[in-house]
Amino acid sequence: MITTGADGIREVTPPLSDADCESLKAGDRVRITGVMYTARDAAHARLLPLIDAGKPLPIDVRGQIIYYTGPSPARPGDVVGSIGPTTGGRMDKFTPKLLALGLKGTLGKGARSQPVKDALRRHKAVYFGAIGGAGAVLSGFVKKLEVVAYEDLGTEAIRRLEVAGFPAIVVNDCHGGDLYQDGMKAYAKEES
Amino acid sequence: MREIHVSSIVDAVKKLCMEANYSLEPDMLRAFAGALQTERSPAGRQVLQILQQNAELARTRRIPYCQDTGFVVCFVELGQDVHVTGGGLYEAINEGVRQGYREGYLRASIVRSPFDRVNTGDNTPAVIHLDVVPGAELKIQIMAKGGGCENRSKYKMLTPAEGVDGVKEWILECIRTAGPDACPPLIAGVGVGGTFEQAARLSKKALFRELGTPNPDPAVAAIEREVLERANRLGIGPQGYGGDTTAFGIHILTYPCHITSLPVAVTIECHAHRHKEALL
Repeated sequence: MITTGADGIREVTPPLSDADCESLKAGDRVRITGVMYTARDAAHARLLPLIDAGKPLPIDVRGQIIYYTGPSPARPGDVVGSIGPTTGGRMDKFTPKLLALGLKGTLGKGARSQPVKDALRRHKAVYFGAIGGAGAVLSGFVKKLEVVAYEDLGTEAIRRLEVAGFPAIVVNDCHGGDLYQDGMKAYAKEES
Repeated sequence: MREIHVSSIVDAVKKLCMEANYSLEPDMLRAFAGALQTERSPAGRQVLQILQQNAELARTRRIPYCQDTGFVVCFVELGQDVHVTGGGLYEAINEGVRQGYREGYLRASIVRSPFDRVNTGDNTPAVIHLDVVPGAELKIQIMAKGGGCENRSKYKMLTPAEGVDGVKEWILECIRTAGPDACPPLIAGVGVGGTFEQAARLSKKALFRELGTPNPDPAVAAIEREVLERANRLGIGPQGYGGDTTAFGIHILTYPCHITSLPVAVTIECHAHRHKEALL
């Protein structure tokens, strides 16, 4: 579900539908509330053979958002340590297959490949960006955390997060919009 | 001969690892504040403000500035009149890393082999560069080097004919291709000259120089200034959202080189530039 807050920021609550994703445009600021799943390099590498064999995954990705992150350990009494995004491009190899299964959002930082952008259009999905290196600030938006698969991977295990108002921005929408390209174009200056 | 027991090396490295991850150095905080004065992009300014908050939160709550608490890269200057006692120098450094990362709630990000990729669980081993220098002191500099920006570091063997202009273009090319992936505003550590590995090593060493301090050679300092100015015209901006602050600094170190060669290594460093040093 997606609504618009009084301050114009889009409120994103998974699960997301095709229509939800179509309403988001590159550059839109969002707040994510509800469930997100974490997965990065090693977890994706384990999901891939399951997808290729048509087997069930340890999480139901339909309508969901995967956050590319490997958090630092929580101090006693804290929900989580630092939890900012990692580079999304390293997951490019896996993302189109997950989008084909109904995944609606990925959240990371850094540019995605053309095949991923094409898959976002084809499957009506969105790539969100969070501020890389702001892991201490972002930890405050995580209210609950549990490991749901691949615990042996340590920081790379799949975790189920419950977040409230987690701040992000739409980097790639399902209409071909690209915040990085637009932003760079707007501020690039000619060589003097 | 001055004796230094390994226990003091373990303690020093442990503390450096923790403090580096919680507390950015003042030069980085000055860079954020300075960029806020000149950045035109509202999204870019917002990113810089959040990074300031992040630095403050990390320092006061002692949680890592970034969840990628890095590969520990350690430059050691060992005075030749120092005798390390009680064990091995490298073992002591790695023990310091182990204790610092475990006790400091820092992430274990190192796998034991690039092929089987099993996490070592305590962020060891460090990458250690050792120089033997005159004197009876032991200087330990550590950097918690993030992986996202390290992945955008590059090397190129230029020809002498490509010269200074070729070096400038190559540094800019590295910054351009790093783009949003490397968490700009970034710092480019550049090693020019020497051999393949010497240039790469210098590119890391260059990152320890205080931000805003130029290379002492005026000709090299002029290259740094020009490349920085051109990098900030690229438009990439904070976090790649578009803006005027793409790089905080270009730090070049040089070394004599062969008549056939012009090696240039560029280490890309993100705004989570975490480094500390201790003198024993």
